[in-house]
Amino acid sequence: MSVLVNKNSKVIVQGFTGSEGTFHATQMIEFGTNLVGGVTPGKGGQTHLDKPVFNTVADAVAKTAADVSIIFVPPAFAADAIMEAAEAGIKVIVCITEGIPTKDMIAVKSYLTGRDCRLVGPNCPGIITAGEAKVGIMPGFVFKKGTIGIVSKSGTLTYEAADQVVKAGLGVTTAIGIGGDPIIGTTTKEAVELLMNDPETEGIIMIGEIGGGMEAEAAHWIKANGTKPVVGFIAGQTAPPGRRMGHAGAIVGGADDTAAAKMKIMRECGIHVVDSPAIIGKTMAKVLGKVIA
Amino acid sequence: MNIHEYQGKAILKSFGVAIQEGIVADTPEQAVEAAKELQKQTGTGWWVVKAQIHAGGRGKGRVKETDSSGVVLAKNLDEVKEKSKNILGGTLVTIQTGAAGKKVSKVLIAQDVYYPGESKTAEFYMSVLLNRQTGKNIIMYSTEGGMNIEDVAHNTPHLIFKEEIDPKVGLQGFQTRKIAFNLGLDGEAFKQMTKFVASLYKAYDSTDSAMFEINPVLKTSDNKIIAVDAKVSLDENALFRHADYAALRDVTEEDPTEVEAGEYNLNYVKLDGNVGCMVNGAGLAMATMDIIKLAGGDPANFLDVGGTANAERVEQAFRIILKDPNVKAILVNIFGGIVRCDRVAQGIVDAYKNMGSINVPIIVRLQGTNAVEAKKIIDDSGLKVFSAIQLQEAADLVQKVLA
Repeated sequence: MSVLVNKNSKVIVQGFTGSEGTFHATQMIEFGTNLVGGVTPGKGGQTHLDKPVFNTVADAVAKTAADVSIIFVPPAFAADAIMEAAEAGIKVIVCITEGIPTKDMIAVKSYLTGRDCRLVGPNCPGIITAGEAKVGIMPGFVFKKGTIGIVSKSGTLTYEAADQVVKAGLGVTTAIGIGGDPIIGTTTKEAVELLMNDPETEGIIMIGEIGGGMEAEAAHWIKANGTKPVVGFIAGQTAPPGRRMGHAGAIVGGADDTAAAKMKIMRECGIHVVDSPAIIGKTMAKVLGKVIA
Repeated sequence: MNIHEYQGKAILKSFGVAIQEGIVADTPEQAVEAAKELQKQTGTGWWVVKAQIHAGGRGKGRVKETDSSGVVLAKNLDEVKEKSKNILGGTLVTIQTGAAGKKVSKVLIAQDVYYPGESKTAEFYMSVLLNRQTGKNIIMYSTEGGMNIEDVAHNTPHLIFKEEIDPKVGLQGFQTRKIAFNLGLDGEAFKQMTKFVASLYKAYDSTDSAMFEINPVLKTSDNKIIAVDAKVSLDENALFRHADYAALRDVTEEDPTEVEAGEYNLNYVKLDGNVGCMVNGAGLAMATMDIIKLAGGDPANFLDVGGTANAERVEQAFRIILKDPNVKAILVNIFGGIVRCDRVAQGIVDAYKNMGSINVPIIVRLQGTNAVEAKKIIDDSGLKVFSAIQLQEAADLVQKVLA
């Protein structure tokens, strides 16, 4: 079992022949991801990294039966790329692109409503199922196979958590980088729910940050439906109100979206919240009753 | 990106939103000319002098040097000159500026819109913004205009209304009518309000704005509906579609070090603490600030160097961080994934040497690909740099150097 992507996922890259697309496609192939081709409008018929290039996502799906797409196209064209993937029948769409206008994402969110597909991101590191498939830009070697699922708004903090979990002798099932934008396809709650339903996952690490109400929503869901221990961390306890901390969505707007407010709700909902990001792995090991190697 | 009231109003007006008219001025002399011109255009007999800064609460705020309010009424041209003089060049402190206040370099000379007439004036509140929960825009409005909306939300939440806009069809006529009814309007004022709301939303949508806040929206004594103030925030990610808006940016409203960091594409936010930090990734950067606090320090900044932490960028980042005299130590926290840690380590050593002497202790935590080799490079460099691999070790080192 796995979540969202596995060794059978047929993955295409949108923005395949660009520098970002080329670099990360190479890394994904090296990891062992079943990458079946890519899309760059106008370059259909060519071969890139020994894989076929298509003009449209629909062509790629028709020829390769691709069911997962990862998007590296620039912000001005990314919303269009997401909708093209959805229309072509891609089931899991991962959008790495940072800096998409909010107005475009409002349109995307509306377009995807009622369609049989899931968007992860944008402005995210992607998804990795340890030992099976990497559909993202994370350093694959950090994610050794194990029993812990990770949900995170942040890239490098996900790697940090995965590293700690591996060093604590636990390892990772699937890590989902949901992204740091104000509008994202898959919420914290939805990602937690996917991992909660995954039989291989024994514990979940939920990493949030200031801004928005997704962590509180996830916490309430966990309280009502949770069957596995969850360790949580919220980045930005020291962030001042009204200032954007790197991510477009990381801004304290009111009393409810501070780190302190989120951590309080999470604790009240039974999540093992850590104040320090240095003890995420250790805490998970302790909660699961495992001795740290 | 925040812009000034006078700039926001110009945008609103271009979309047919009725506004309190005004002319911006840099000097008391220009203010008088602006007042004369405005009288010609609008017939106004009194004027409102409004300080132009990127912060709310100007009316209740005070100019440090003269104790003038940030928004004052002038009843003749001499008063326009005198009152502009008391504001221009001064430092305005409001509830939103912090104690340091903000320097005022422009005033808006605006028409008086509270003139007596056939009916009583009324003030409303209206904003347009994204509801992050639903991924849709909403119009938030209230009968309680001219007040702090957070206080209204806290004390009388039933007086705040929200209207969600379906992105498939946009704002509909029944919604603008509902808003006008909920605000208790009828007759000509009702008609004007529906028009006001429709053009306001059109302006928001067409300009790729991130937020509009109009407080107050005024019903005048002759039943016009106008925007008396305008707080407009544009979506920075959409500026590529609006090349002309780049000119609306006022860098004097921003921290000069943040502006300089932006020129190097470094994502830097200045804070008040004593420990600087340099991190790759926004989430890890916030987490590193939290670690500094837990170790007994206070973060002096947020700084995301991004994916390419080479010698040049590291040096730029060090220079930016060290511009802050409060910095007593620097924590570098890099999780090297695809970027190799030994390269980053070499970059740090080169940057350090290029800069000559750095007088504060530096703690370098490099984790990920080739972390052990990286630690060796740092340790063998002979520089006054503490190295760590685990995050907890780095936290302990911060505590040690601060002790």
